[in-house]
Amino acid sequence: MPLNWKSGGVLLGVVFFLAVALVKPIGVSTQFVILDGILWNAVDPSVVEQSAEGYSSPNAYLDKSGGKYAKSVANPLNYSFVFVLAMMLGAFLSTLARGGLSPEERRAPALWRQNYGNNPWARNATAFLGGFIVLYGARLAGGCTSGHMMSGMMQTALAGYIFAAGAFAAAIPTAMLLYRKEA
Amino acid sequence: MSSILLAILIGAAFGATLDRIGATNPSLIGRMLNLTNLHLMKTILLAIGTGSVLMFGGQMLGLVDVGHMSVKTAYIGVFIGGLMLGLGWAVSGYCPGTGVCALASGRRDAAFFIAGGLLGAAAYMLSYPWWKASGLLDKIGGGKVTLGAVPSSGYEGLTGLPGDVLGLVLGAGFIAIAFALPERLIPGSGAAQPAE
Repeated sequence: MPLNWKSGGVLLGVVFFLAVALVKPIGVSTQFVILDGILWNAVDPSVVEQSAEGYSSPNAYLDKSGGKYAKSVANPLNYSFVFVLAMMLGAFLSTLARGGLSPEERRAPALWRQNYGNNPWARNATAFLGGFIVLYGARLAGGCTSGHMMSGMMQTALAGYIFAAGAFAAAIPTAMLLYRKEA
Repeated sequence: MSSILLAILIGAAFGATLDRIGATNPSLIGRMLNLTNLHLMKTILLAIGTGSVLMFGGQMLGLVDVGHMSVKTAYIGVFIGGLMLGLGWAVSGYCPGTGVCALASGRRDAAFFIAGGLLGAAAYMLSYPWWKASGLLDKIGGGKVTLGAVPSSGYEGLTGLPGDVLGLVLGAGFIAIAFALPERLIPGSGAAQPAE
């Protein structure tokens, strides 16, 4: 059972506060680009170029803002990339502590099974498609639920409000259409 | 090196918290978004409010470094990207952070979400010059702005209101909405009995 919303909300708020008090606001979706860059760079080392002025890339996106993404690709042991790996460690330990997930739940979530049945491949294909749209959109927006919605609105950033308006305007009708049967 | 240690500590705390509040479970995301169970929405609103009050309160007391704020640029693409993220979020039940945590919690479909995500991010990397040329990435409303100017943050305010006081007030507002929201907005239909 998940935490009560009052204790869960305070806990999550304290984590976001500690991040900005000690280092910087939390963000995740950039690291998908960094991992792409690391994989791409492993196949084609010309993707990141290092010179006396710093890092650059023939790819305009990795090269933007003075090559800061190119720099992270060349140095994966940076704060933001390690942060996402640590998130996975934290979630793994938390799941272990609450006894793990059932085999059915590991294959597909209950709400999906209730609406679309037990075939895991239909679920996997949907998750893949969803992932593509989510990360394309997050990179276009310059942030995701963590960076724009949570960190952004917490700092009263205009961009955070614009992002949240777009995200919920699409997400609520879509979820109402897709998940009609309650689980 | 201490920054890596902080990444491990704060990152692990964030991942564990996302799991404990149920955000790594696509069923709870789906029930929040189809308005049948707002438990997670109340959690998120309370978290934004708590973070805001602690951060702006800490700044006003001189305990929190204003220089750690990092405000993103506002442009039309933020809204378009938000729409896309919202669509994929509802379809899959994952966003980038909860997706990686869900994989770590043992959900196999999350691996497919992440594979799709890596491909989507790569597609954006390749199409970035087109978006740049379209003008949809040009800043609007002043770009990197907060709703009111936060003293010594370096960011301009959208309005002339004092940004730190506004942050406290909005933070309190998020907390109030979290308490005011009902458990569900869509009434349960008579047919919604447990599955046979």
